[in-house]
Amino acid sequence: MRDVAIVAYIEGQNTSATTLSPVEMIVPVVHEVLKRANVQRSDIDFWCHGSCDYMTGQPFSFVSAVDALGAWPPIMESHVEMDGAWALYEAWVKIQTGEANTALVFGNGKSSAGDMNRALTLQLDPYVVAPLWPGFRSLEAMGARAAIDAGTVTERQMADVVSRSLRDAADNPNVLAYGYRDADELLDEPMTANPLRAHDCPAMADGVAAIIITTADRALEMCDRPAWIRGIDHRIDFQNLGLRDLSRSNSAALASFHAGVTKDKVDVAELHATYSHHEIILAQSMGIDRSTTRMMPSGGALVANPLMAAGLARFGQAARQIFKGNADRAVAHAAQGACLQQNIVAVLEGN
Amino acid sequence: MALHRCAVVGVGQTNHTACRGDVSIAGLVREAVDRALLDANMTLADIDAIVIGKAPDMLEGVMMPELWLTDSLAASGKPLFRVHTAGSVGGSTAIVAAQHVMSGLHKRVLTIAFEKQSDGNAMWALSVPLPFSMPVHAGAGGYFSPIVRSYIRRSGAPSHIGAMVAVKDRTNALKNPYAHLHEDHWTLEKAMESPMLWDPIRFVETCPSSDGAIALVLASEDVADKMPGKKAWVHSTAMRSEPTMFAGRNQVSPRAGEMCAEDVFRKAGITDPLKQIDAVEMYVPFSWFEPMWLENLGFAPKDQGWRFVEDGVTEMTGALPVNASGGVLSSNPIGASGMLRFGEAALQVMGKAGEHQIDGARTALGHAYGGGSQFFAMWVVGSEKN
Amino acid sequence: MADDILRIRTPIGIDYTWSSGPGSVVYMRGLENGKLIGRRCPDCELVYFPPRNGICPRCGVLLAAEVEVGPRGTITTFCVVNVPFLGQTIKIPYVAATILLDGADIGMQHLIQECEAADVRMGMRVEPVWKDKSEWTPSLENILYYKPTGEPDADFDVYARHL
Repeated sequence: MRDVAIVAYIEGQNTSATTLSPVEMIVPVVHEVLKRANVQRSDIDFWCHGSCDYMTGQPFSFVSAVDALGAWPPIMESHVEMDGAWALYEAWVKIQTGEANTALVFGNGKSSAGDMNRALTLQLDPYVVAPLWPGFRSLEAMGARAAIDAGTVTERQMADVVSRSLRDAADNPNVLAYGYRDADELLDEPMTANPLRAHDCPAMADGVAAIIITTADRALEMCDRPAWIRGIDHRIDFQNLGLRDLSRSNSAALASFHAGVTKDKVDVAELHATYSHHEIILAQSMGIDRSTTRMMPSGGALVANPLMAAGLARFGQAARQIFKGNADRAVAHAAQGACLQQNIVAVLEGN
Repeated sequence: MALHRCAVVGVGQTNHTACRGDVSIAGLVREAVDRALLDANMTLADIDAIVIGKAPDMLEGVMMPELWLTDSLAASGKPLFRVHTAGSVGGSTAIVAAQHVMSGLHKRVLTIAFEKQSDGNAMWALSVPLPFSMPVHAGAGGYFSPIVRSYIRRSGAPSHIGAMVAVKDRTNALKNPYAHLHEDHWTLEKAMESPMLWDPIRFVETCPSSDGAIALVLASEDVADKMPGKKAWVHSTAMRSEPTMFAGRNQVSPRAGEMCAEDVFRKAGITDPLKQIDAVEMYVPFSWFEPMWLENLGFAPKDQGWRFVEDGVTEMTGALPVNASGGVLSSNPIGASGMLRFGEAALQVMGKAGEHQIDGARTALGHAYGGGSQFFAMWVVGSEKN
Repeated sequence: MADDILRIRTPIGIDYTWSSGPGSVVYMRGLENGKLIGRRCPDCELVYFPPRNGICPRCGVLLAAEVEVGPRGTITTFCVVNVPFLGQTIKIPYVAATILLDGADIGMQHLIQECEAADVRMGMRVEPVWKDKSEWTPSLENILYYKPTGEPDADFDVYARHL
């Protein structure tokens, strides 16, 4: 395998409802991430991005995103109907074939354009489940209930996760949830989808995240302390909730194993935990000790969740901890699908 | 050249038709998958990773349907990847899957592309009206027809060329049991009388709307070498994109298509494509695109592609047979159409194309495009290792 | 018998909020006032009408200076539509044309009327027919259609690079 590193990360301003068009959201982020790596468009061998038509309500909505890239002369480019983290995976695979050395990947989403709680329900079995419009939040509440009943998660732990995320959010200018509250205060809040309270659910955002990855011969030109991708893997679980033990995530466990998470100490973890109980389930499934690993220093997806970009943002935020020297070994993770159905995990190292 | 070789060792497709009301989306997909696995003498348990592609999710009304299809593909615990690059998606998906092998990551990869248009309302799905804009296009034909008119004006092609391609592809489809349209009554005279839907595009010169799926099993060299059956070695793959529209853009022969062809031929060591390619499966949803792509791909000189058609070069018996399978003009499950081209190219070099086999085909090109003629995906496959 | 059920109908409805983006505001305000306002790319200096997403797709940069274009233009290419289309209120056959407005560097799509479909030509000069001013909104639909001006056709060379 070729050594590949994340060398630059930029996220656009997360907003609750932007009036920018998706293309206008992407252009400045692409320019910034190129500038951050000190490269030109012509230095990028491969471009890949993740987005979803059902977020904009337009078929082929990703097509206009190509306008943001200045794709002239024509470029080597691809698109995944997945979170941008999988766009990074496709680029990493492409680099492994030797057909590219440097790639720019991004994820973009305008969660505010439609009712995402409703739209995400369309991921379910179209014949027997989706027509019931269960609502995505309700499915996640079922997952939380299963974990609480199994004794792997407590409401107190969930409140602690939220409290810590709110505290960290104070240091991150790019969030949509504000104001520190301790766990006791949070537990006094009413339920919105029992056992979930409003703060257990993500702060939905419109946003863009972009990353540049490159091979060993150029990484140090683009970044003082690159975040080397030492392992990366993604796995999926059955969708049918009745076929899964919702108190854990098999696919996260497998991806974590194949990425090599537990081979050494994890300094920092940026997990794409969109609901508070996800963090606990993920850490347990992935073999991450939350008492010794710094969890989500960015505040995580609970405080800013731009759909289709939020997973890639975790990769970027984990890389930032390496760039800054705050961590030598970090874990990045993204998930999609109901109740942590599909998971991608990467181990990033500074040395 | 990539670091590791990759071969197509199994090809399976469904019967394509306007409405596969007898199966669910999952049933349609499994039909293709089971045939591909049978062809490769494998089961789902042998598969390391799955790469799925399809065109817009709105065609069936299922968001990211691969999440749901995990159950029917027994994919739990595996990597499952989803590609969407508009009409070229079938081709791009096969390329992403091949890269999973060419990178050395996996040894047995299943790749799938499908569309079940009859499960949704394609007209609604593809033309969600945007506020403040003027809707004039009238569907894909309305979009591509002005480009065809530009080609005719530039090249001086006579009006019967589109009809000739249509008759050829519909006739070829009679030899392909999986094709959607099996119409044995077409003659050039009759085709010329076919009504102009989107003048200069006649009804007979347009593709149908189909339900259908295709799956390919891709294997690494060590796995493929141990298999007794015929295989198609992936000699090269290429993708290129450019914006939908910009001032001065050549829409008739997009630069991205030319670059993609140059790249895929260069990597496969092909210096004289007309001589060295034995069969082409080209993405031709409107018949006029055959002469246009012949030029774009470098088989014919500029403005001369139509002469190849007129001289019968692209007939099954010609020097450069194009779409022996009947092509997109005879079956168009949108998201699957690109992979059908890639799979049919593989079948040709495997010698397994049945009645529409081109005798002695050793090297073939699979071609797909999408969006406003802006996304291109191609592969060259051969009967021997490159 | 439940065994006989092969298909069910499950309608899907989701409402979306669409924003044109600030890059299109000048163009839309122009339409509201009966003006055709495109924008120039600061890099390649070509003029886009409409200023699609506020971006020059070739250069990947935000469009800048406002430029009034048209109102007349040249048909670069066209389609004679003979198929009924969802929501279509126009009688078939009708002509959907790509029109290169004077001063713009990229064609836009609109209808051609007040002339037989068979008489429409590449290179034909056309001008807009506007709705009554009282009905104007920030939309290209303010223009009902384009009609021939009667000027001599433009030379092929003038619009050849816009095909």
